[in-house]
Amino acid sequence: MLTIDRATHDAIIAHARRDHPDEACGVVAGPIGSDVPARFIPMLNAAMSPTFYEFDSGDLLKLYREMDDRDEEPVVVYHSHTSTEAYPSRTDINLAGEPGAHYVLVSTRDGADQSGPVDFRSYRIVDGEVTEEEVRVVDRYEDVAATQQKAEH
Amino acid sequence: MAIEVRIPTILRTYTGGERAVEGSGATVTELIDKLEVDHPGIQERLLENGEARRFVNIYVNDEDIRFTGGLDTAVADGDTVVILPAVAGGAA
Repeated sequence: MLTIDRATHDAIIAHARRDHPDEACGVVAGPIGSDVPARFIPMLNAAMSPTFYEFDSGDLLKLYREMDDRDEEPVVVYHSHTSTEAYPSRTDINLAGEPGAHYVLVSTRDGADQSGPVDFRSYRIVDGEVTEEEVRVVDRYEDVAATQQKAEH
Repeated sequence: MAIEVRIPTILRTYTGGERAVEGSGATVTELIDKLEVDHPGIQERLLENGEARRFVNIYVNDEDIRFTGGLDTAVADGDTVVILPAVAGGAA
């Protein structure tokens, strides 16, 4: 399951709408091992394409160096599909290089770039195998931690 | 002093989980040959038909080797080599 706060969830959708009809992409980093997507990092789609995305190689190095320095990892890797459903394509599966990440896909097709609901789905992609997972949107991560603690006691 | 090679998560299965390993050689090609000796299987993940894979980025001292001579890029003791899989995909 992916647990994500409302502000980050909405920021991903806003980014996808802004870049429509090109695909938007980015990362949400979090402390290593935390599984908490805490720091929203929209990236430039160097391909600037409606059917492909790729981080610029210089941006990629900078991003990973920064995460290293902050003891972070990419908890979420997101991108948009702008005319197809929010499901990993063959290309997405072949190129998925972060087995520990939640791969979030959003779709801005059928006018969703303008208004209405935007499909927001999450997957694990490991060794070419796709597993969809539940997405839980919370107001704040602290609330989740508090509820979990309460449940444990 | 050796060459430090930083290994991405997805390739750490070849390095026993190590985030960084030591390398040697005068060029990136030689470095990868040596990596293959120490960590069998890793070369195939970096090269395809003798060329660097399109969706794997290799940096020598922060420079993408695509802009510095590709696999012929020179390396020397004290250099840092970073390997990162491209973050890419899309509907196509």
